[in-house]
Amino acid sequence: MSFNNNVATKFPKLAPKGPSGELLLASERAKGSFDVNELSKFMYTDDWLQRMYKVLEVLENEPAFDKSDRYYLSREDKLASSLWKDNRIVELVREQNWDKTDTQIADLLYDQSTPFTLHYNMFIPTLMNQTTAEQKKLFLAPALSHRIIGCYAQTELGHGSNVQGLETTATYIPETNEFELHSPTLTSSKWWAGGLGKAANYAIVMARLITDGKDLGPHPFVVQIRSLDDHRPMDGVTVGDIGPKFGFNSVDNGFVMFDHYRIPHVSFLAKYSQVEKSTGEYSKPPNSKLSYGTMVFVRANIVMGVRLALAKATTIAIRYSAVRQQFVDAANPKKWDNKVIETPVLDYTMQQYRLLPAVAAAYACFFTGREMLRLYNLNQEAMQNGNFSLLADLHASSSGLKSLTTTMAIDSIEDCRRACGGHGYSSFSGLGQFYQDYLPNVTWEGDNYILTQQTARYLLKTFRNVVAGKAEASEYNQTITYLTQYLENPKAKCPATKPEDFANPELILSAFGFRAAYGIAQVAEQIDRHGRSWNSMLVEISRISKAHCQFMLVRNFIVALQNDDHLAKAENRPMLNVLRKLASLFALHTMEKELSEFLVAGYLSSEQSAMLKQQVISLLEQVRPDAVSLVDAFALPDYFLHSALGRYDGKVYEAMTEMAEREPLNQTLVVNGYDQFIKPLTNPTKPSADGVAAKL
Amino acid sequence: MSFNNNVATKFPNLKPRGPGGEALLNAERAKTSFDIKELSKFMYTEEWLIKMNNVLQVISNEPAFDKSNRYYQSRTDKIATGLWKDKRMIELAREHMWDEQDTRLANFLYDQSTPFSLHYGMFIPTLMSQTTNEQKKLFLEPALKHKIIGCYAQTELGHGSNVQGLETTATYIPETNEFEIHSPTLTASKWWIGGLGKAANHAIVMARLITDGKDLGPHPFCVQIRSLEDHRPLHGITVGDIGPKFGFNATDNGFIMFDHYRVPHVSFLAKYSQVKPSTGEYSKPPNAKLSYGTMVYVRANIVMGVRYALAKATTIAIRYSTIRQQFVDAANPKKWDNQVIETPVLDYTMQQYRLLPIVASAYACFFTGREMLRLYDLNQEAMQQGNFNLLADLHASSSGLKSLTTTMAVESIEECRRACGGHGYSNFSGLGQFYQDYLPNVTWEGDNYILTQQTARYLLKTFRNVVAGKAEPSEYNQTITYLTQYLENPTSKCPATKPTDFLNPELILSAFGFRAAFGIAKLAEQIDRHGRTWNSMLVEISRISKAHCQFMLVRNFVVTLQNDPSLSTPQFKPIVNVLKTLAYLFALHTMEKELSEFLLSGYLSPEQSAMLKEQVISLLEQVRPQAVGLVDAFALPDYYLHSALGRYDGRVYESMTKMAEAEPLNHTLVVDGYEEYIKPFIHQNKDKTAPSKL
Repeated sequence: MSFNNNVATKFPKLAPKGPSGELLLASERAKGSFDVNELSKFMYTDDWLQRMYKVLEVLENEPAFDKSDRYYLSREDKLASSLWKDNRIVELVREQNWDKTDTQIADLLYDQSTPFTLHYNMFIPTLMNQTTAEQKKLFLAPALSHRIIGCYAQTELGHGSNVQGLETTATYIPETNEFELHSPTLTSSKWWAGGLGKAANYAIVMARLITDGKDLGPHPFVVQIRSLDDHRPMDGVTVGDIGPKFGFNSVDNGFVMFDHYRIPHVSFLAKYSQVEKSTGEYSKPPNSKLSYGTMVFVRANIVMGVRLALAKATTIAIRYSAVRQQFVDAANPKKWDNKVIETPVLDYTMQQYRLLPAVAAAYACFFTGREMLRLYNLNQEAMQNGNFSLLADLHASSSGLKSLTTTMAIDSIEDCRRACGGHGYSSFSGLGQFYQDYLPNVTWEGDNYILTQQTARYLLKTFRNVVAGKAEASEYNQTITYLTQYLENPKAKCPATKPEDFANPELILSAFGFRAAYGIAQVAEQIDRHGRSWNSMLVEISRISKAHCQFMLVRNFIVALQNDDHLAKAENRPMLNVLRKLASLFALHTMEKELSEFLVAGYLSSEQSAMLKQQVISLLEQVRPDAVSLVDAFALPDYFLHSALGRYDGKVYEAMTEMAEREPLNQTLVVNGYDQFIKPLTNPTKPSADGVAAKL
Repeated sequence: MSFNNNVATKFPNLKPRGPGGEALLNAERAKTSFDIKELSKFMYTEEWLIKMNNVLQVISNEPAFDKSNRYYQSRTDKIATGLWKDKRMIELAREHMWDEQDTRLANFLYDQSTPFSLHYGMFIPTLMSQTTNEQKKLFLEPALKHKIIGCYAQTELGHGSNVQGLETTATYIPETNEFEIHSPTLTASKWWIGGLGKAANHAIVMARLITDGKDLGPHPFCVQIRSLEDHRPLHGITVGDIGPKFGFNATDNGFIMFDHYRVPHVSFLAKYSQVKPSTGEYSKPPNAKLSYGTMVYVRANIVMGVRYALAKATTIAIRYSTIRQQFVDAANPKKWDNQVIETPVLDYTMQQYRLLPIVASAYACFFTGREMLRLYDLNQEAMQQGNFNLLADLHASSSGLKSLTTTMAVESIEECRRACGGHGYSNFSGLGQFYQDYLPNVTWEGDNYILTQQTARYLLKTFRNVVAGKAEPSEYNQTITYLTQYLENPTSKCPATKPTDFLNPELILSAFGFRAAFGIAKLAEQIDRHGRTWNSMLVEISRISKAHCQFMLVRNFVVTLQNDPSLSTPQFKPIVNVLKTLAYLFALHTMEKELSEFLLSGYLSPEQSAMLKEQVISLLEQVRPQAVGLVDAFALPDYYLHSALGRYDGRVYESMTKMAEAEPLNHTLVVDGYEEYIKPFIHQNKDKTAPSKL
């Protein structure tokens, strides 16, 4: 080329058309009816917020945690930058004396899984729970000091949710006191294990234990897969990365196959079951209900995580909707400095209807997550005293709640992205990769459809118990309460006679309880009386799980507002008021979404549904002025959001153009491929600048 | 390193656990009750299928059209590959004497937008329809020969659907007989323009025409933006790529800003309105309703496109769901060679409930797209004879149908992806990038929410006309028909007394018509009697548009099966039977999804809805054995699907592992970054005990 092609494109120094995003957001914030900081503290505690700001300050000055290039990186670059982060965070923990909460906050703020994520989340916890003292010394100690890096290999190419169908075998060889790991078919290849593809040198491998000719089903083994000297795969191990995915591309999800690969006897994780040396005799694990308690804890945290996901999505969408303007609403034109401007899209009812219920849902998940953690603690205590009466309801609800809330989150993230119009489609919105990375939540820790079956089984069993008079009422078991109420009066009707009647918490709870009970009764009838098979009822089964969990979400929200001491204080009145509106909006919008079930149950009439819809629209109007403050209260820093549209300062268009300037394609004037593919078309006869003759 | 790191990882030569995907799919195909090829021919015509196969032969041997690397490429590589394809396509069209349809087929099969897509899709069509003869010679001719490459620059950083809000100006300068194009603010930057970022050297720019001090609103200009010598941006122009997107990353969507940039008078596209040289006097375009006809055509093709999208998504999900096995359904264990095997997931009702209605909706979109094209032709003929009777209904329905069906498509693609379980999340499923690339359809050619307002305005107006006795019934206007029926009997009830009563076209059409009319009547009441504002009713407004369009989809499906002469021959009986089952499934599943509206209108009772649900489950059972045959009939080649899960031969696991072998990360043994970031941890003790290193 006859000119310097390496000239980066820069935008001219112009301001966006006024009023600017800063001014628009400032005027929104002036409308807020409550103290934003107080609400943040109520949700997170002052201590947590202080810690977050401290950790944030550290990260913002760490090149390894810089997000500027996040949306432009190729897969290889993503992995390399993630390994850098994994390395640096270990150093930072040491340098800054971070405790577990600090580290968790750092990971939360960084907001991207990395090759080491499963080392901390699965490898180490498994070693903690399932090893003998000897194994702890051998595996856990080096894992904690990062001398070994592990992952967790369970699912296989042909086998997912059904653990019993796994094919990989581990056969005990008494002669050498070893196990032989083997992958008999292509479908037995371990598949999807995070960190396995490139980073880990150890793996927990779930394999069918075979000893003395008996297949004892899947058991965990800790297995070295790569050399500790030079990281090469060990002989007999075929291991690699499973390739590009819809999201999670900063993680090296991997495959591994074993070809008669021998590992020592000590590899078998032996806290709960054992294989006796040389005889190979197997002893079973004690049947322990205690592990169900842990599941409740994991799921309570997932629900809390949903709260953050909804918070992130709505923070971006609400702020941008207050800045983005489109058309003039002729009946109610927006004025600024006495001039008509285009109407901010958040002033359109449709936009409010799409976004404000998602804000309410974020708060709903907070209160339910908090309640689940409280019950988890109560239940752990009770179980230690031999009382298992809380467990079944808690566990069943937690299955369904994990399913319901993660599905809510994923739907809302995508709806928020679409509600951002064209720019929602840009990676700079921060919502695209977020959706892609969040999606596995609906599959892992129990596939969302399969989980609803667990919940439904419990609901049906409880229903039969209540009918048989064998269920004992308890303040910790709402299922029994609403089923009993239903059976006492299966023809109950909603008492509402005007839209405002729907603001009544008692009415709302009765409605949700009745609708759930009605669905459960119908399914029980179909299965118990009409002999319908479980498979043929799967659609209704998922519906009753959802109905039950929506009842729980609504109840936890409402009851918390009635009973929380902090909220009862006079100075917190404005906060309580706005939370009450949100609780009503969440409940009534959910009721409207599921309207057909309330109608089919005979609880709601057509006339009442019209009132309900009217009340929803009226709640949207009431929440609208607090919208920006409500998302501000989530206290999510710009570093976390990494979104041009969701910035706290509203400088949307400045951020969009700055991020476009960083696009690698804009670092040269003329694109690669011009000489080969465009020039021959546009200049078919002309000799090239270098001259054709010179080339001949 | 002390070893050769460039060793590619290969899987051992093992088979998947049996029965293999091939055997399972064969067993499915053996269950099919109709002739798959005949159904394909009915939908596409034999001629089209032959053409497709011819084009497929050509491009599957063309390196520029090879898809093997598609899922691994970085953005920069995608653009370069896209440009290669663009150039090779022009050569192939010449070499093989392809007509427009062949070229379209090649683009369809390649299935990815490229930098030149908008040159063909928008630049050339605009030049064809909005230029004078002089301009045709100046711009259109070189565009057709690819001497200039164009794009279409309308939306701006701060302005999307509202064209009247655009900020870029084009001020007429009488002294030099030029226009001065200018971007006054940052928000005025053109944004999102496909092909503008890196490839195009010309653009149609929509800018506010200012002449004689008057702002006449947005008008189109044809503007050179890059040098024809060396492709550098011209002076006064800031142009580039808008960066990475959720999808569409093979296209260089761009931005452009103008700094008092002068273009000659001839740049103003002058077929419909003119600016007189030197005086700058403006003459208005004649008000042409004709352009609405074109919109109907574009939208009919979008609906036909939805059919392909649904066909692709379901082909992948259905085939994979017959191969993927999970758990044993204890009540009905699946046997193979007399042994119990895990149950293929398609045998679970839930999976059927998620997937089979989508197969049905692909067929529904086919019949509605076909009917829209038929009515478009009828209407064009009528309009040429001065008859504009058909236009309003046709245009209003087409707005709502574009909105409804593209929304159905994106939801369905994502539902199919999720129904593929874990592997749906792998790019090798073919469904991830597909979802990402398809999404803009819900925004372009009219934002889906805004479009429903157009439809609703027409429905409300028609309702008022019917009430006032001013609407004339016509066989081409179903809206008037169902509104009239409703007003004659606004308290009518569904006559069903048992589940099978729902298998009745008359009952189904009455139900959908009644439900649409009820919603329209309620909305009219709120606005006309209770003075509710348009803004406060937007939620209901989108609902009535949807209700109307669901009526249209159901009606076009049901009525065609009754009336299509090509389906009435005896040998078509098995095909008609399965299509009828699909039509019922589509209608009743839609009714179930929208149950609350049917209940609210008082048309359906809670008891009847229980029957309806039972009938849906029973239809799923009936369609289940035909599932693979029905997606095979879409006749989508493996090259097009490019999916490990959706292959015709069912070799899912062989294909997953092969594609994993092609992952660039697997071409070395030890990952980049190991030395810097991992080794220091692993060797921390060794360092202490290895003085030789000091």
